[in-house]
Amino acid sequence: MQKFDKLTGIAAPLPLVNIDTDMIIPKQFLKTIKRSGLGVNLFDEMRYDRQGNEIPDFVLNKPAYRDAQILVAGDNFGCGSSREHAPWALLDFGIRCVISTSFADIFYNNCFKNGILPIVLPQEDVDKLMEDAERGSNATVTVDLESQTISGPDGGEITFEVDPWRKHCLLNGLDDIGLTLEKAPAIDAFEEKMRAERPWV
Amino acid sequence: MSGKTLYDKIWDAHLAHEAEDGTSLLYIDRHLVHEVTSPQAFEGLRMAGRTVRAPDKTIAVPDHNVPTTEGRENPDQMPADSRTQVAALDTNAKDFGIHYYPVSDVRQGIVHIVGPEQGWTLPGMTVVCGDSHTATHGAFGALAHGIGTSEVEHVLATQTLIQKKSKNMKVEITGKLPPGVTAKDITMAVIGETGTAGGTGYVIEYCGEAIRELSIEGRMTICNMAIEGGARAGLIAPDDKTLDYIKGRPHAPKGAQWEAAMAWWQTLHSDPDAHWDKVVTLRGEDIAPLVTWGTSPEDVLPIDAVVPAPDSFEGGKVGAAQRALDYMGLTPGQKLSDIEIDTVFIGSCTNGRIEDLRAAAEILRGKKVKDGLRAMVVPGSGLVRAQAEEEGLADIFKQAGFEWRMAGCSMCLAMNPDQLAEGERCVSTSNRNFEGRQGYKGRTHLASPAMAAAAAVTGKLTDVREIV
Ligand code: SF4
Repeated sequence: MQKFDKLTGIAAPLPLVNIDTDMIIPKQFLKTIKRSGLGVNLFDEMRYDRQGNEIPDFVLNKPAYRDAQILVAGDNFGCGSSREHAPWALLDFGIRCVISTSFADIFYNNCFKNGILPIVLPQEDVDKLMEDAERGSNATVTVDLESQTISGPDGGEITFEVDPWRKHCLLNGLDDIGLTLEKAPAIDAFEEKMRAERPWV
Repeated sequence: MSGKTLYDKIWDAHLAHEAEDGTSLLYIDRHLVHEVTSPQAFEGLRMAGRTVRAPDKTIAVPDHNVPTTEGRENPDQMPADSRTQVAALDTNAKDFGIHYYPVSDVRQGIVHIVGPEQGWTLPGMTVVCGDSHTATHGAFGALAHGIGTSEVEHVLATQTLIQKKSKNMKVEITGKLPPGVTAKDITMAVIGETGTAGGTGYVIEYCGEAIRELSIEGRMTICNMAIEGGARAGLIAPDDKTLDYIKGRPHAPKGAQWEAAMAWWQTLHSDPDAHWDKVVTLRGEDIAPLVTWGTSPEDVLPIDAVVPAPDSFEGGKVGAAQRALDYMGLTPGQKLSDIEIDTVFIGSCTNGRIEDLRAAAEILRGKKVKDGLRAMVVPGSGLVRAQAEEEGLADIFKQAGFEWRMAGCSMCLAMNPDQLAEGERCVSTSNRNFEGRQGYKGRTHLASPAMAAAAAVTGKLTDVREIV
C-alpha cells in the first residue's frame, strides 16, 4: 500500500449529501477482475453523457479540477454498496483524501486499506474548506497526517482526528494481512479453543 | 457492572486478539463469497503465495452477474466480462477448495438467501461477505456485515478481521402491525425515522412484539436493510422460530452437537440491564404500507401521502430532495397513488424468498398485470423457485403476466441484462433506489412484495389495502 504522510493538492468541491458508491463507480464497471484502471469511470454518470462525452459542468471535468487530489463532499459520503471499486476508482483518478462531515462505515474502512485518508470534520470546517475548494487551482490545500492538520490557502489551520492505529498503518504503508499473520499463534489458540467449545461451527 | 447486549456477547465470543487501543482481531465463522468483489482478493492471495486459511468455512456462489433467463448455462447468454468474473470464481473455488454452488446447481442463488437456506448461518456466528447486505444474516442472531475486497482477502488469509467495536443501538417495534403492513414496511419505516446515516457507528438490535411476531424470513428482510440505515449490522435474538428454521438444514448441527449448540444459543439475548447507546422506538400500529419517492432509502412515505416539497426539509437535504424530484420526474403535492409505472420487479435478498412470493401471488391470484407493463419475478434461489413451482405460485405469476425467472440478483442492481431503460419507472422489492441503480436514469420506488404486486395490477403505485 502507498504511504500517506503529507499531501498538497487541489481540492474539488462536491457539495452533495449521500453520495453513494453507485454514483462513485456505477456497477457496469465492477465486472473487472483488476484493481486498476477505474479512474476514467469515476463518477461516470455525472461526468459523461450517454455518448461518452464529458459534461463540462461536472467539477472534475473543469480545467481547474482535473488534477484534484482532495475531494470535499457533503454528509454521509460513500454510503450504499460495499464495493472497494469506489476507493480504487478515486485512487486511480488521483484522489488521496476525502473530507466530509460523515462517511459510511464500509467505505471509510476501505479507504484506509488503499492509502486514502478520509477526514471527518464538523460542518463549519467542511463549509470553510468547501469555499476554499470553490476557488480551484488558485487554492491548494495541505493535509498533514503526522500533525493531523489541514492548512487552507489563506493560512488557516484545521485539526482532525484519526484512529492512532490507522494513522500508523497509513504513515508506514503497512499491509494488514502481513501484520495479522504475525498474530497467527493467537488465531491458532482461538481455533483450538473453539473446536472444544463450539465444535458445530 | 451492567449486563451485556447480544452484540457484546457475540463480540466477546469471537475475540482472537485485542490490542491495547481496542483494535481487535475478530474470528470469522462464515465467509460468503460472490463473483464481483472477490477476484482481486484471490489474485492478492496468489501474488503473495498465501492460501485460504479455513476453506471449510468459506462458501462461494455467483449471483450478481448471472443471467436469469432459462438456458443460461450456455455461455453465449453472458456478456464476456460477466463470463470472465463467473469463470474466475469457478476457478478460485476449485483452486482453493472452498464450498461452491455453480450456476448449474439448483441450490445457486443470491448469496444471502443461499447461506441461511443451506444452514451455513447459525446463531451467535460471525458472518462476513464482500457485500453490504450481509446484514441479512443478523436475523438469526449472527453478527453479520459487509466488507470490502481488501478485507475479503484478509479473511481468506487469516480467518479474522481487524475491527473496532461499534456502539449498541436498540430499535424496538412495539405492538401489532395493521393489515397490509409487512416486514419491509417496518424496516423502511425505521430508515425513514433515523435517516440513512442514523445507524452509522452502531450495531442495531431489533426487538419488540412486532419483531417477535415476524417469521424468520420477515426478520431477514428487516436486518437486510440495516445497512441502508448506516448500521454496521442488524441483529435479532434467536428464539424457537429460529431453531425451527435451522433444524434439519444441510449444514446445521445434528445430534449431540445440536443439543450443545442449542444450549449456547439460548444464552444469546441482551441482558435486561444491558447498556444501550441509543434507543429508537416505533409503534407497530403507526406503520402504514410505505413506498419511496426519492433516490435515497430514507425517502419513504405512506402510500396515501403526497410527493413532498424540497423546502419542507432542512440543510443539505433541501438540495438533495430537489435533485431527487428532478431525477424521479415528480412534482411536489402529487399524490403518490397517482404515479404511473412501467415495470415491477419482485426479487432480491430483501424480498426474494418463498414467503415474499406467496404474499405477491396472493394479490395476483386471478388478476392480470396492467396492459403494457413489464413485470418479473426473480426467485432468490433455485430452491425457492422450485418450491414456488411446486406450490403453484409460478402458475399464478405466469397467468397474471409476470416473467418467471431463474435465481440471481437481477434487476436489484442491474449488472446482468435485467435493466430499466432511461426514464422507466419501477416498483421494486429490492433495497436501493439510488440514481441509476436499476439502469441508467431508471427510476425506482421501493415497496413490499404485496405492494409491488398491487402496483402491477393497477399500473400505478397502489395501496395494497384497497386491492385485497
Ligand atoms: S440482491 Fe441486490 S442487494 Fe442483494 S446481494 Fe444481490 S445485488 Fe446485493
